[in-house]
Amino acid sequence: MPVLTYLEAIRQGLWEEMERDERVFLLGEDIGVYGGAFKVTEGFLERFGEERVIDTPISEAAIVGAAIGAALVGLRPVAEMQFIDFISIAFDQLTNFAAKCRYRWGAGVPIVVRGPCGGGVHGGPFHSQNVEAYFFHTPGLKIVEPATPYDAKGLIKAAIRDEDPVLYFEHKYLYRRIRGEVPEGDYIVPIGKADIKRLGRDVTILTYGWMLHKSLEAAEIVAQEGIEVEVVDLRTLLPLDDETILSSVAKTGRAVIVHEDTRTGGIAGEIAMRINERIFEYLEAPVVRVTAPDTPIPFSPPLEEFFLPQVEEIVQAVRWVANY
Amino acid sequence: MVPKDLLMKMFYYLRLTREAESRIERVLYRQGKIVGGVYVGRGQEAIGVGSAIQLRPDDVVAPSHRDMSVFLIRGIPLKQIMAQYMGRKTGVTGGKDGNMHMGDIRRHVIAFPSHMADTVPVAAGCALAFKRRGEDRVAVCYFGDGATSRADWHEGLNFAAVQRLPIVYICNNNQYAYSTPLWRQMAVPNVADRAINYGIPGEIVDGNDVLAVYEATARAVERARRGEGPTLLECKTFRMTGHSAHDDAFYVPKELFEEWAKKDPIARLSEYLTARGIATEAELRDVEARVLREVDEAIAWAEQSPYPDPEECLEGVYAPPA
Ligand SMILES: Cc1ncc(C[n+]2csc(CCOP(=O)(O)OP(=O)(O)O)c2C)c(N)n1
Ligand SMILES: [Mg+2]
Repeated sequence: MPVLTYLEAIRQGLWEEMERDERVFLLGEDIGVYGGAFKVTEGFLERFGEERVIDTPISEAAIVGAAIGAALVGLRPVAEMQFIDFISIAFDQLTNFAAKCRYRWGAGVPIVVRGPCGGGVHGGPFHSQNVEAYFFHTPGLKIVEPATPYDAKGLIKAAIRDEDPVLYFEHKYLYRRIRGEVPEGDYIVPIGKADIKRLGRDVTILTYGWMLHKSLEAAEIVAQEGIEVEVVDLRTLLPLDDETILSSVAKTGRAVIVHEDTRTGGIAGEIAMRINERIFEYLEAPVVRVTAPDTPIPFSPPLEEFFLPQVEEIVQAVRWVANY
Repeated sequence: MVPKDLLMKMFYYLRLTREAESRIERVLYRQGKIVGGVYVGRGQEAIGVGSAIQLRPDDVVAPSHRDMSVFLIRGIPLKQIMAQYMGRKTGVTGGKDGNMHMGDIRRHVIAFPSHMADTVPVAAGCALAFKRRGEDRVAVCYFGDGATSRADWHEGLNFAAVQRLPIVYICNNNQYAYSTPLWRQMAVPNVADRAINYGIPGEIVDGNDVLAVYEATARAVERARRGEGPTLLECKTFRMTGHSAHDDAFYVPKELFEEWAKKDPIARLSEYLTARGIATEAELRDVEARVLREVDEAIAWAEQSPYPDPEECLEGVYAPPA
């Protein structure tokens, strides 16, 4: 099977969807001639032409608003935010227009809004954010964040084919650092399905994005001490895959939730509550979370490293619940 | 006539800005000493210098990402700017943010978020406060051509116009927004043409002529101080680099660089000064020497500065308890 980077897998998924379905088109800043700030759409303009690869003005509200309109009348837009931080500008279009169309008047809005999220590259407070929690609170939206090349390709295809608005967050730290096997040709990874990336019976780690990789490293470390960690990659954040989450935690009786996003109002709180509501009797230890602190993400390397959850913190959390 | 000492000051700031940014982009960045990205205003220095140099210390400025000269003119020490680019504790933001994402409220310099045009309504709010308190201060807000595509830009201008606020909006139209040429950014030929929508004057200025920028800004600032409302100045210029240090600008036709190199704002001012006998070559060389010395010193100081302590990440989210 071919081995691709995370970035190449996203590109391949987009490319195949563009070939498969005439209605699919891309819009965003510097995505055509330049191929995108991270070069995800390099070569698309040459292959698909200006009608389907649209370089837009710096107008995130118009990019998303126009995507919504085009979707309402039958196209399948994929909008790029140059950095996902800029999605804040399209907040109203997403949370009020796109998210509520179906509920209010039965009109589906099959758009995808994708873009690079996350820290680790010294991008500072406006090029490093994780924005899922802003949207997690909005019924009508779907949110996915792949952590592997396989999932990246399968999820972008599923997102494009979905009948509802999907936010597709791609972690910029993983773009060229993570490689993996990706089947040639068509497959999808269903939205709403988590994936168990490592089997274990003692502790469940629930995570996504870059933190999947840190969690797998942590699992490897504690395995030396005889703690067998099951690592669940959420992949879809909205709607959460309760079945996979709850059955894994019911099995191990111990859960550590890890996310790169800040703590208060982060999705770990919601997951912990669902565990509490549904499988409290199965728990052998309190549910614990490892997250960034409640600050903006700082720029300078020592500050950013302090901000980002580290493998050692995950290891300690796992040990703590294991020994509770 | 602009007096000689002011002209020499302009020359100094033009050279200082060019030298500081060239070192950052072409030396320190390549040596791996800069943290994060680098965006410079090479070829556009006259816009910040010609405008900011005449402002009062109590006027508010909201520079954008190619306005290094504005920070320098407002008195932010170059060594602290260098430390900022290196992510040091001694940098303008103490390492919280990087590069030109910096501000200094005591010097009335507003820090911009990356989000283009976010400062446009904010600067209007500063001007609103000046007006309400009956102060004759002005706000000067800088942005690029691409930023004028944002709703915040349009809302900010309209708000400032309706309220007749003492503000000067200064666009550096360098004809590109990242890789996107002007004609893909807007369907009007000039940013200044947008002013008519808001009922305010819009003026096109040669952005590579520091004296033209100086004079146009002076008129707009006087208007603002007289209570006659905002002005939009469009300074035509060219971005003599890629968007950032990692962009080789393959999408910019080479001829454009060649054409605009001939209009270099620093060469133009030094020619003006020597041709008219205002300054001698030797005097200009003295300025050059001073600039080199200051940049060397600033870099050395920054390089010896410590990084912030990791726990400082947690500080400064809210005001300290009273
Ligand atoms: C709202 C927003 N979208 C995207 C970006 C990413 N970005 C940074 S600079 C830039 C181009 C800005 O062009 P312009 O306003 O003309 O300023 P210039 O860089 O040419 O001085 C873009 C798209 C951003 N900073 N803000
Ligand atoms: Mg520009």
